[in-house]
Amino acid sequence: MNKLRGLTKKQLFLPIFSMILVMLVNVLFDIADGNNAFDFFSVSMKGGVLYGRIVDILNRGSEVAILALGMTLVVSCSAGTDISVGSVMSLAGGVCCVMIAGFGVTSVSTAAELAHPIWMGILCGIGAAVLAGVFNGFLVAYMKIQPMVATLILWSAARALALLICNNMIVYVRMDEFKVFGAFLGPIPTPIIIAAVCIAVLALVLKFTALGTYIQSVGINKRSSRIAGFNSAKIILMCYTICGLFAGIAGIVNTSRIYSADTNNIGLNMEMDAILAVALGGNSLGGGKFNLAGSIIGAYTIQAITTTLLARGVSTAQAPVFKAIIIILIVVIQAPPVKAYFKRRSAEKAAAKEAV
Amino acid sequence: MKKITLADRRKPKVGGNTVMLMITIVLFFLLYGAGCVMYADKEFGRLQNFLNVMINNAGLIIVACGVTCVMLTGGIDISVGSVVALTCMFMSVGLAEWGMSSGVLIVLVLLIGVVFGAVQGYCIAYLEIQPFIVTMAGLFFARGMTSVISTQQVSVPFESWFGQLSQIKCEIPFGIGAYLNKKGVVITPYVRITVVVALIVVLITFLMLRYTKFGRSLYAVGGNQQSAALMGLNVKKTRMLSHVLCSFYATLGGLCFCLNTMCGTPTQATGLEMDAISSAVIGGTLLTGGVGNVVGTFFGVLINGTISSLVKFNGKLVASWANIITAVLLCFFILLQAIFAKIKERKK
Repeated sequence: MNKLRGLTKKQLFLPIFSMILVMLVNVLFDIADGNNAFDFFSVSMKGGVLYGRIVDILNRGSEVAILALGMTLVVSCSAGTDISVGSVMSLAGGVCCVMIAGFGVTSVSTAAELAHPIWMGILCGIGAAVLAGVFNGFLVAYMKIQPMVATLILWSAARALALLICNNMIVYVRMDEFKVFGAFLGPIPTPIIIAAVCIAVLALVLKFTALGTYIQSVGINKRSSRIAGFNSAKIILMCYTICGLFAGIAGIVNTSRIYSADTNNIGLNMEMDAILAVALGGNSLGGGKFNLAGSIIGAYTIQAITTTLLARGVSTAQAPVFKAIIIILIVVIQAPPVKAYFKRRSAEKAAAKEAV
Repeated sequence: MKKITLADRRKPKVGGNTVMLMITIVLFFLLYGAGCVMYADKEFGRLQNFLNVMINNAGLIIVACGVTCVMLTGGIDISVGSVVALTCMFMSVGLAEWGMSSGVLIVLVLLIGVVFGAVQGYCIAYLEIQPFIVTMAGLFFARGMTSVISTQQVSVPFESWFGQLSQIKCEIPFGIGAYLNKKGVVITPYVRITVVVALIVVLITFLMLRYTKFGRSLYAVGGNQQSAALMGLNVKKTRMLSHVLCSFYATLGGLCFCLNTMCGTPTQATGLEMDAISSAVIGGTLLTGGVGNVVGTFFGVLINGTISSLVKFNGKLVASWANIITAVLLCFFILLQAIFAKIKERKK
């Protein structure tokens, strides 16, 4: 019993618990439908590529997972959220496709039509996103503006800029070399590989450098960490830049999935999912300590919820109702007064036992 | 030590906040003046054009007033756009398909707003969950419920009492701004009833923030929660009530919005919450709380409206230019606020 109680205190308890809950619900639905109970976990090969619900969740959840990495750092160091990531994704996709196709061109399908090579387009797209991150970081770190207000600027401007760059049209890049980032590399979906690489690189950087400690210390107390000798502003700027970089990568993946720069829809409301992933991972939105693994599990949990809802026949437009209820339930469990209430009750129970 | 005389006390303080408000108002007139000069041939300066800006933004003005009240306490509400969509959908489906009467529907809708705000406010104030997360859930919930009611575009029937409201023209008296059109008929400028409602809401909110206990406690809670609590204010209740007020205004604004568009669609008013927040910020409201004014917010909305009107009058520019110009303005105002804050710090 004590062991169990100790387990619930772990930071990763909540994200893993919700993940398991979602899986259980899936298993129950499968049993109710008369399917094999573990259909949810089955992975098979179809047409030379991996196929299965788990694969689908990992694939579709890649963008949110990548975004959640950057968002975790931003939330940790500045106690605020970067709400521009969705728009920045759109900007990255727009810049990338326009660089490849050339301004004013709506569609390219052969190598001869390309204005610039594909790798250059991708680099430019990610570069634009990094610049957006630097802009956000500068406002937050050096001008001391609240993160949400500072990123509100690009939330509105980045998507508008992307539309402008694309000349208000959807720019198609129908080339296999470009499609590959959103399709399959061998049997495995490429977005999964890209997400895994991003996670691995960031985790290694945080493990082998003191960056993670710096970020947490800045998030816990900006002034005291400055007195302790860290350049707080520089660290915050760096976090926002990293967030921009990941938003760019996610934008390219999303653009490549539909092999077109549909700037009105790329990354729409994705910032909400990313912030939710961070909160679901047991990280406080008030900054300070963070747990990267929690955010990643949170991101895939959100995707699992969405996939489950869609598989149950709930329409995409109505799914947010269930999502909202799940969010509220999860955060209410975590709320300090609710936790205190349960603690008080268990203490009372223990006292009653002793009295007997 | 300098003695404080009565004369000193009477002297109004001109702080950074007043300057910010002045800059906002001056900027609005500059923008409008520029429009009048640039599009003199298209009669941008005509009173009716200005009134059109008001008509198009009446709903946003009311919503932004509510958001300002929440921002004054240091909170934030990003659910308002979805609540507006829910209101529109509820009204139009209620009238067109459920055959309910307008009066009952309006009362129901406003009640939904109060309950919605109370639930959000309870989670934020009493359960101490971050406002951003709670209202984000509210955003998802209201947007989803809109689609649950209907996934199609539903029009408000004109013959209903509510539909007739949208036809009322409140003409400007004394022939101010009246002009002869090409056929020689006198055209009197008019506003819709929504503008009247919006102006009344701005006035009431302004008076409430300035003279009532609740209004003053909003500022106190936003300035410093701990000292507000030490002063004997009920911080939790104040925060909860601010959210109730905000959602109530969101539904009221939604009704005005519905009168303007005369339909309900699931994707209506997407991003309206950010328009409301940016209007409030342009009007000088700080997201950290304690500083702000609905008059500033009112001019903030008008600035946003004028920019889109300017882009529309140009005719050649893509609509997204309006977003970019607004963003640049927002950036300018935010930097200005940061500079004022720095000057204040140095003075200390």
